[in-house]
Amino acid sequence: MAVAAAAFAAAGPAQGVSPAVEVRELERSFGERPVLEGVSFDLVAGRTLAVLGANGAGKSTLLRVLAGLLRPHAGSVRVLGAALPEEGWRARARVGLLGHDSGLYRALSPRENLRFHARLHGVGRERVEELIDVVGLGSRSRDPVRELSRGGVQRLAVARAVLHDPPLLLLDEPRSGLDPGAEELVEPLVGRSSGRTRVVVTHDVEGALEECDTALGLLGGRPAFLAPPEALEPAGVRRELYR
Amino acid sequence: MTRAALAILRKDLLVERRTRESVPAMALFSVTVLVLFHFALDRDSLDGALASGVLWVTLLLAAVLGVGRLFASEREEGGMDGILLAPIDRTAVWVAKALALLAYLVVVEVVAVPVFALLLLGPDLVPALPALVVTLVLADVGLAAVGALVAALAAESRARELVATLLFLPLVVPAAVAATAATEPLFAGAQTAAGSGRWLVFLAVYAVLFVLLSVVVLDYLQED
Repeated sequence: MAVAAAAFAAAGPAQGVSPAVEVRELERSFGERPVLEGVSFDLVAGRTLAVLGANGAGKSTLLRVLAGLLRPHAGSVRVLGAALPEEGWRARARVGLLGHDSGLYRALSPRENLRFHARLHGVGRERVEELIDVVGLGSRSRDPVRELSRGGVQRLAVARAVLHDPPLLLLDEPRSGLDPGAEELVEPLVGRSSGRTRVVVTHDVEGALEECDTALGLLGGRPAFLAPPEALEPAGVRRELYR
Repeated sequence: MTRAALAILRKDLLVERRTRESVPAMALFSVTVLVLFHFALDRDSLDGALASGVLWVTLLLAAVLGVGRLFASEREEGGMDGILLAPIDRTAVWVAKALALLAYLVVVEVVAVPVFALLLLGPDLVPALPALVVTLVLADVGLAAVGALVAALAAESRARELVATLLFLPLVVPAAVAATAATEPLFAGAQTAAGSGRWLVFLAVYAVLFVLLSVVVLDYLQED
C-alpha cells in the first residue's frame, strides 16, 4: 500500500539545513487521555507540512503545542530555534496562528480588531489598512464582525494571523468558508506563494498533497505516516486515516 | 506592559460599550437588591452597621457578576490565543482586566449609591460622601485585583463562573468586613473617616497584597 511504503520516509532533516520546526517523540495528554504520542518531524524553513487525520486525531493539539499555547508532556519541540516551553516567549511573537476560532471580537469592526492586535504586536496602522485592502474588506471595515459573512470572517482571521508578518504559520483549515475568489485573495498571505514556513491542518487530502512538501498523517494521536506527497495516494491516505 | 495593558483595557471597554453585557446587568442587579431590601426590611430608613452591611452586600454580589464575565469576550470568541501569542508581558492581561473591573464597579456605584441613599439610608449622604468615596475606591481596588486574579484562574475551567464565584467570595470577605466597618460610622452620622482609619489602612494593605500576589502568580495562570 502506498501509505505504508512511504511511511516515515521523510522523517530525517535535510542535511546541512537547520529546520524551522523540530519535533521529537512529542507526547501530550488531556488528563489521562493521550492525544499525541511519538510524533516526530522536521520542517525546513519555507516548506509546508500538511497534517492530516480524522476528527480527534490530535491535529489541532499539535498546532497549539507548536504555537506554545500547550506544553509538551514529553519529547522535545523547537520552533524557530526556541525550545518549548522554556523559550516559548522567543517563538510566540514570530508565529501566526489561524485556529478553529477566528479570534475576532464580534462586536468590533475589522479595523478595530486588527488595530487591537497591531497594538499588541507593535505594528503600525499602515499595515492594518494594507491588510484590510488585501483581503477585500475595505467597504466593510467599519461594520461589526458579527455582520460579516463566514468567508469575510475567515478573510479577516487570515489578516489577523499574518498581521505581524510571522515567518511561521500554523493554519487550521485556512480555506474554510472561502469561495474561489477569496481563496485567491488570501493565497499570497497564507498560501504556498507566501514563502513562509507552514504547518497546515486540513481534511482536504487532495489539496494538501498538492501544496505540501511533507505530509504527516495522525491516527489516534500517533503518526501513521510522514512522507513526501509524491509517495502518497489520496485514496490510500483516506483508507489509512478515515477508516 | 503599559501599552499592552491599555490596548486590552481599551478593547474591553469598547466591547462592553457595544454589547452592554456586564455593567447594565451589575447595575440592574444592585438596584433590584436595594429595592428588595427596602421592602423586605420593612423600615423607612437604615443607619449605622445595618445600612453599611446592606450597601456592601449589594456591591459585593454585583461584583460577582462582573468577575464572571471578565474574560467572556476572550472565552467566547477565542481571543485569548491572539493575546497570548503577542510579545507582551502576561501581567498586562491581568492589569487590563483589573482596571476594567474597577471601571465597572465605579459605574455601578455611581448608580447604586444614590439609589441606596434614596431608598434606604437615614442620615444625609452628602456630608459623608468624601469619606465614602475614599472607602469605595480602596475597596474597589482590592475587589478588582482579586476579581481579575480569580477570573484568570477560572477562565479555562469548565464551570468557570462557579469556580470564579467560589474563589472570589471567600477571598473578598476580609475586604467586605473592613469596608463595612469603615462605612459604618459614616452612616451613623459621622462626616469624616476619623473612626474608620484602621479599616481604611486594612483595605489599602489588602489591595496592595493582592496586587503583588497577582503579579507573582500570573505567569502560571495562563499556561496549561
